[in-house]
Amino acid sequence: MRMENMSAGSIAGSRSEQSQGHISQAAGSPPLHEADETIIGLEVHCQLDTVTKLFCACSTDYRSDGPNTHTCPVCLGLPGALPKTNKKAVEFALRVAKALNCEVLPESVFSRKNYFYPDLDKAFQISQYDKPLAVGGYLVIEGEDGEKRVRITRVHMEEDPGRLVHKGGVDRARYSLVDYNRAGIPLIEIVTEPDMRSPKEARRFLNKLRTTLEYLSVFDSEKEGSLRVDANISLQPEGWFDHEKKSFKGRNRVEVKNISSYKGVEKALTFEVTRQRNVIRKGQPIEQATRHFVETQGITTASRSKEEEQDYRYFPEPDLCPLRVSSWVERIDLPELPDARRTRFIGQYGCSPNHARTLTGDLKLADFYEKVAAKADPVLSATWVADTLIGELNYRDMGIGSVSPSHLIELVNLVKSKTLTDKNAIEVLRVILDGILGNQPAGTPSQVVARLDLGAADSGTGPAAISEVIKEHPQAVADYESGKKEAFMFLVGQVMKKTKGKADPAELNAMLRKALDGRDK
Amino acid sequence: MARSRIFFSPDDRVNAFLTTCPEPEYGTGSLEGLAIAIKDNISTKGIRTTAGSRILEGYVPPYDAHVVSLLLAEGAAIVGKTNMDEFGMGTTTENSGYGPTLNPLDTGRVPGGSSGGSAAAVASGMVRMALGSDTGGSIRCPAAFCGIVGLKPTYGRVSRYGLIAYANSLEQIGPMARTVGETSRLMQVIAGHDPRDSTSIEQPYCHTPDKNIQGRRIGVPEEFFGAGVDPAVAAKVWEAIELLEKKGAEIVTCRMPGMAYALAAYYVTCTSEASSNLARFDGIRYGPAVDTKKSWHEAFQERRGMSFGKEVRRRIMLGTFALSSGYYGKYYAKAQSARQQVKLDFLRLYKEVDVLAGPTMPTIAFRLGEKADPLSMYLSDILTVPANLAGVPAISVPCGTVEGMPVGLQVMGRPFEDEVVIDTAYAYEQAVV
Repeated sequence: MRMENMSAGSIAGSRSEQSQGHISQAAGSPPLHEADETIIGLEVHCQLDTVTKLFCACSTDYRSDGPNTHTCPVCLGLPGALPKTNKKAVEFALRVAKALNCEVLPESVFSRKNYFYPDLDKAFQISQYDKPLAVGGYLVIEGEDGEKRVRITRVHMEEDPGRLVHKGGVDRARYSLVDYNRAGIPLIEIVTEPDMRSPKEARRFLNKLRTTLEYLSVFDSEKEGSLRVDANISLQPEGWFDHEKKSFKGRNRVEVKNISSYKGVEKALTFEVTRQRNVIRKGQPIEQATRHFVETQGITTASRSKEEEQDYRYFPEPDLCPLRVSSWVERIDLPELPDARRTRFIGQYGCSPNHARTLTGDLKLADFYEKVAAKADPVLSATWVADTLIGELNYRDMGIGSVSPSHLIELVNLVKSKTLTDKNAIEVLRVILDGILGNQPAGTPSQVVARLDLGAADSGTGPAAISEVIKEHPQAVADYESGKKEAFMFLVGQVMKKTKGKADPAELNAMLRKALDGRDK
Repeated sequence: MARSRIFFSPDDRVNAFLTTCPEPEYGTGSLEGLAIAIKDNISTKGIRTTAGSRILEGYVPPYDAHVVSLLLAEGAAIVGKTNMDEFGMGTTTENSGYGPTLNPLDTGRVPGGSSGGSAAAVASGMVRMALGSDTGGSIRCPAAFCGIVGLKPTYGRVSRYGLIAYANSLEQIGPMARTVGETSRLMQVIAGHDPRDSTSIEQPYCHTPDKNIQGRRIGVPEEFFGAGVDPAVAAKVWEAIELLEKKGAEIVTCRMPGMAYALAAYYVTCTSEASSNLARFDGIRYGPAVDTKKSWHEAFQERRGMSFGKEVRRRIMLGTFALSSGYYGKYYAKAQSARQQVKLDFLRLYKEVDVLAGPTMPTIAFRLGEKADPLSMYLSDILTVPANLAGVPAISVPCGTVEGMPVGLQVMGRPFEDEVVIDTAYAYEQAVV
């Protein structure tokens, strides 16, 4: 059919067809409007965190080992070797399908996706095509205007290919090496409907998806390369996309490939919005194309489209039987998922909605918080974990895993009992984190407090320091009395210096004012 | 366990072997010290395995096929790897990348294929038994042409783990030997479930052949004696069937209309699967290295163009075309429904009869070069491909000669009734002794 069309086109004269196409595009496509909507759909590939590979018994824990050390005849694609489906990987994928509210098909089929590439040892990838594992689900995200559902088109399983190592960089390599350690790592591909309306929403979707997968214990986002995203993006007039009777053909969409980080998705899509706007502004058509995201430069570049046009010649993998696993779904007990946990945090611990969202947005963080909240004031703990701790960790590029909940419990309790001021508590936290980072443990919070003499002053030190300062700075006192506000601030500073920050600043302020105003003149 | 050696230095005048092992070790077991030849598309750890192709020149597998492990565990001595049509693509063993094998009974003729080397090695007495593989008749055809016995087991009965894939959904490894008894003995060792092969079934073969066929119903499909079948061959096969009747079997003639589509369904399916299976041979991991000064695309295209033989290239192109977008429904999907028709034909007939019988091949062994036209060679597979399409067991047993060359009687059975097929062939063999 396709060939007949093509030959008809070339006989009838491709020139007239081309110009017609151009006219219809120009006549039908409206100029850029500020209210034009960004339409985004995602294809997300996640590595399932199984112990062994998808079709053989090789270990998936390859990242710290030498090249081609986690391989066998099956994942090397040696002639004669046969795949055998890892039941655990199927269970993991089913957990995802259930959590994403998908329908698991009664029969799903592995198919071969045929293409030549040196990292693909068999020259085909075992994937799923016309009969995926599951279809038709959704994930609720925090959209630009409140909660929204992003619909999931399908969830399917496939194997990861190997990896090419270009010696001396992609462009200038004199040769490339192949490492098949990654070959056969189980992946799930999650395809969404084009339901996201901004790069920010796309990132929120990914964050929510990541969190959900981690709650399901099937995914480890900290493993390098465990997530890869392809994004489809187009700009359409407001409401056009959701309108059933479309008044014109619509602008073409562009597929951006090769995005491998959460931040990268927002970056790549933001760049692409700007690029497409500029093209439309110039009155040029957007060409349906595949572009690659260059993470280091934050831009997308055009791929040579001819090379990208592949006919994968899918057909059912004859070495594997169809999967009939829909009945397994009933047996899956899903753990508490992020939304439920957030609601619980608000109810059980009295967290603010914002704190609850931050804390439950990461499995390890949520677990950490619950350990702290069990032994310290939950509301105060929420502030300390969600605001202070995260800020300090991010500043140091550290993960929550490096901190012990017991440190936070102690710290929050010291603050709660007013043994430590907020300011000095932050100081203690910094000392502890720097100690962990420098591999020289600083000890427990109380030990740090004692060593640095940061404990809150007892009530006697304040008045003593105030009377000393008043005695030592008669000029400033005189200036205060003549109404100069700066003089008061100066005196406060002097008192703080004497108390080494141990006293509560608000209290000190009041005491100093009282002392100055009540003086016998 | 004490291991012994045998010495193997055959006078291989027919080019049956691609590799020989002069002093193979063997252990104890039911095949203790027995010289067994292995078709060259079955992986043998440490022994060069090329599947008859130049593109696998020098490839030494780091692992044993499941069947090879089983043979070794029963004490067999693996004496060498036998010649074959490249990747199993042929009916004469002339398509080998290492020169043709000759028929030991008449060196001006082909031994059949693609397991021609295994058949010739057995027929010439160099080995007692051999393993072949059968995708569309590749065990039965050379067995018929060389005058030996060859069994294509039920699909799933013997593990394919380690068999270099040509057409995964059709092929099975099977035993080849001088007699039905020896064939059965080898089958007993290689059959059984292998968890590494997802299509393998838990159904061990534990059987002593029984020649009593009193009351067995034998169906004879008219299509097996249709156009293209040499009347002299047909007459020999009828004689054999009549002898079985004399021994107590009941003969029923029947029809198998699905045969009309069998050859087309077979060639679309096997070439499609082959185009995918053989794509991995790109000169990077196996065989002669590619020219690294060229771009990867250029280099692997050149390697594939140079190292694959003509028939392999033809089938890769046919299969690639059949799977192409826009043609899949027209060819591959249609072939699968035709295949289903053939299967249904068998199942319907097996309600009436216990086994089906007919000639294995329409003619005696071709002269070398006689089937230069690929289409006429494809046509000669018409009687063997139905069993592969349906996955049923089928055996070829010698039943006399025409012009001094052997003729094969083919017996096909119900799925997983390899024992009945063996027994029927055994009954004939014992009757003529």
